[in-house]
Amino acid sequence: MTTTSEPLAYDRTEPADARRSSGGLTGWASNYLDERTGISYVVREFGRKIFPDHWSFMLGEVALYSFVIILLSGTFLTFFFQASMAEVVYNGSYVPLKGLDMSAAMQSTLNISFEVRGGLLMRQVHHWAALLFVASIGLHMVRIFFTGAFRKPRELNWLIGFVLFVLAMGEGFTGYSLPDDLLSGNGLRIIAGMVEGIPFVGSWLEWFIFGGQFPGTSIVGRLYTLHILLLPAAVLALIGLHLVFVVVHKHTQFAGPGRTNDNVIGYPILPVYAAKAGGFFFIVFGVVMLMATFFAINPIWTYGPYDPSPVSAGTQPDWYIGFADGALRLVPHGWEFVLFNTTYSLNVLVPVVGLGAFLGAVAVYPFLESWVTGDKREHHVSDRPRNMPTRTGIGAAGLTVYAVLWAAAGSDLIATHFKFSIEGVITTLQFALVVGPFIAYFVAKRVCLALQKKDREVALHGFESGRIVRLPGGEYIEVHEQVDDFERWRLVSFNDYEPLMIRPNAAGRIPPQERVRAVLSRWFFEDRIEPVTRTDVELSSHH
Amino acid sequence: MIRTRRAAAAGPVRTRKRGRRSPLASVALVAVGLLLTGGAYTLFTASSGASAAIDLNSAQAISQGKKLFQANCATCHGLALQGTVAGPSLIGVGAAAVDFQVGTGRMPLAQDAPQAQDKPPVFDDTQTKELAAYVASVAPGPGLPSSKYLQLSGNATRGAELFRINCAMCHNVAGAGGALTEGKYAPNLNGVTPAHIYEAMLTGPQNMPVFNDANISPQDKADIITALKATQQNANVGGFDLGSLGPVAEGLFLWIFGLGAIVAFTVWLTAKAN
Ligand code: HEC
Ligand code: HEC
Repeated sequence: MTTTSEPLAYDRTEPADARRSSGGLTGWASNYLDERTGISYVVREFGRKIFPDHWSFMLGEVALYSFVIILLSGTFLTFFFQASMAEVVYNGSYVPLKGLDMSAAMQSTLNISFEVRGGLLMRQVHHWAALLFVASIGLHMVRIFFTGAFRKPRELNWLIGFVLFVLAMGEGFTGYSLPDDLLSGNGLRIIAGMVEGIPFVGSWLEWFIFGGQFPGTSIVGRLYTLHILLLPAAVLALIGLHLVFVVVHKHTQFAGPGRTNDNVIGYPILPVYAAKAGGFFFIVFGVVMLMATFFAINPIWTYGPYDPSPVSAGTQPDWYIGFADGALRLVPHGWEFVLFNTTYSLNVLVPVVGLGAFLGAVAVYPFLESWVTGDKREHHVSDRPRNMPTRTGIGAAGLTVYAVLWAAAGSDLIATHFKFSIEGVITTLQFALVVGPFIAYFVAKRVCLALQKKDREVALHGFESGRIVRLPGGEYIEVHEQVDDFERWRLVSFNDYEPLMIRPNAAGRIPPQERVRAVLSRWFFEDRIEPVTRTDVELSSHH
Repeated sequence: MIRTRRAAAAGPVRTRKRGRRSPLASVALVAVGLLLTGGAYTLFTASSGASAAIDLNSAQAISQGKKLFQANCATCHGLALQGTVAGPSLIGVGAAAVDFQVGTGRMPLAQDAPQAQDKPPVFDDTQTKELAAYVASVAPGPGLPSSKYLQLSGNATRGAELFRINCAMCHNVAGAGGALTEGKYAPNLNGVTPAHIYEAMLTGPQNMPVFNDANISPQDKADIITALKATQQNANVGGFDLGSLGPVAEGLFLWIFGLGAIVAFTVWLTAKAN
């Protein structure tokens, strides 16, 4: 697949002193460094890593680069931001807010926007990059999921990635709340309400978090500590670990000629991949810069300072919290009851527990799947989504749940912009939340099976060339053209699974969990298309 | 080769154009354009000044209004303003309500929608005022706002605060509008004239509450109007405002254009050189 002359196999060793003798100041400097740090070993090891080329393999990089942009712009912002809820009178240059009481946090954010040179741009860079950060992590996860790149030995790295996703949402939410404007205050109010909804300990927990009754005077300071210290440190550490694992496990690759479970074909990190990646960093930076330059984000001056009484129509969290907001909006009426003087807010509890379960399922999916399939082998070749119809179906169902919840967060805007009634939108989405995942599951699975069938057809009999030939006997046939061997490799190389057989264990009994497992396994693999075998191919090429 | 042929084809077209228009023509065109818009602007401002000068108590305005009303409104509101099944009574709604409803094009009501929508007005300013004069003559009600409250000279800070407290829950803090129940909605306030904003507060059209003068004083109303106009002017300090719709619009934009562009780049970067 790689026809360029650059890609090299994975064991290219250079004599250590070949580099040393290459002279000059750089030579001396690198030698100096190497003798004291042994860095050349790292460079050599790391630089020899091979990265296969596929566009979807770069999504994780997008996340990494947006995080770098966030760190850079965020550092700038910390120079000017005051994480204090002390009341001050705004006297800056934005006239419609002049003379208004607000917190120092809000005032300093306004000052960053209107007084500090480049401040508004940096705020917008920071915020757009944050949105991009979470979005690219999400898309990266989707890629990993559908190609099965979470399978052994990468389950732990999936878990790390998942924690990163949650931390990224936490980073986003704490950041969104810092300016102490009306919009973010409304968001915090919702969180406070959710905390209060927890039975028995809710109110205490709220006092604990907010340092008193909502909104209190300490929450911004506390969120700030989380936002610039604890969470970034955790994210950084986990990103480090994540990348180390990527290097240790090597990258997965799609099936192709010469690509097996035991090698990686692609570009070595140094120099090709590093050059490409370096360039790509600037592309991502450029896109973020362009967005920040031309498109306003979070114009807190329109929202005004936080004040518990006003609530604005169209109050929404940033997109990545949208699914939680949507879940709250979709709860039907009257899910709240009073028992022995305590109010039980199922309307809050059910979404919280439901979302927890959803995220939990995402986190443990790799372990579940390997338990169900009984597959304990290492996998370094990515699945094409169609070759794992059930997993693809499950993924489609999960995405549907997420998408419906997400849409629900914008239900009011959907209603006003498409001239629907809000009740109609909500009812439709409630229905979609329940039925949608099943439909998505079946459709995705059927599409996968159909595609697999087509692949099998093409691998065995070639594809229709569109050429109709009339035989001497008057019969018409369409000429089928055989695919070349490279293409066929791609079509036929995938793992085949069969449903597990339950067998009695040593004691001659079948434990219940094994029964469950067998049922799940049957569900997973009962609909399948036999992969093409070598004999099939040979047989078919003879006629 | 193709390029040269195309250039050749374009050649004569360009010369023909140049032949028809003297270099001074564009300058003259721009000048005329400027004059026209400037003139229209002064005319417009002058005419609205003049219409405010229409005496709502003059017998002539009232009788003109009566004729217009009987021809266009009485089918729904009744000949004596008493109301019918098709429309409510207009007794005591005042000149302000008529000026708002007719001036924003809501009345005469067009189709059966969850709520009357603003559309290009059917009547010109004079006719609108005549209708208002007639309705006000039948029974007293809230009158047209005095122009001193419409000068945008109020206190924007106070107005913005009042707006956040009294109006944002329906109209959104940026005045971008919001959904109400059963398909009704609070409209986007961008581009609504100061007089209509004032009258909307004073008369509370349809699902909007009435903010009478005891509730929000005329000066407060002037402040709110000033604030609304100031926010709208300042709306794009940070760049295009994406409809002032907040995080939903921002998120969609990020996914479609931001991440979309980046994915396009990844595809390009990993495309095999052929
Ligand atoms: C097709 C029927 C129809 C016609 C024609 C019509 N209206 Fe109306 N009008 C209505 C209805 C219905 C309402 C009530 C709207 C609502 O509250 O949803 C209304 C409301 C009003 C109100 C607001 C009343 C209030 O309580 O504030 C005014 C003022 C008004 N109309 C004036 C007029 C005038 C002036 C005309 C003629 C130019 C006119 N309407 C023509 C149906 C009509
Ligand atoms: C309960 C929700 C609600 C509140 C609160 C509210 N409005 Fe409205 N507003 C509406 C609705 C609904 C309409 C549409 C009425 C119609 O179409 O006749 C409206 C219409 C308007 C219009 C006319 C817009 C147009 O397109 O012509 C203006 C101006 C306006 N409101 C200003 C205000 C101001 C200023 C406040 C605060 C003092 C306010 N509103 C408070 C619901 C509300």
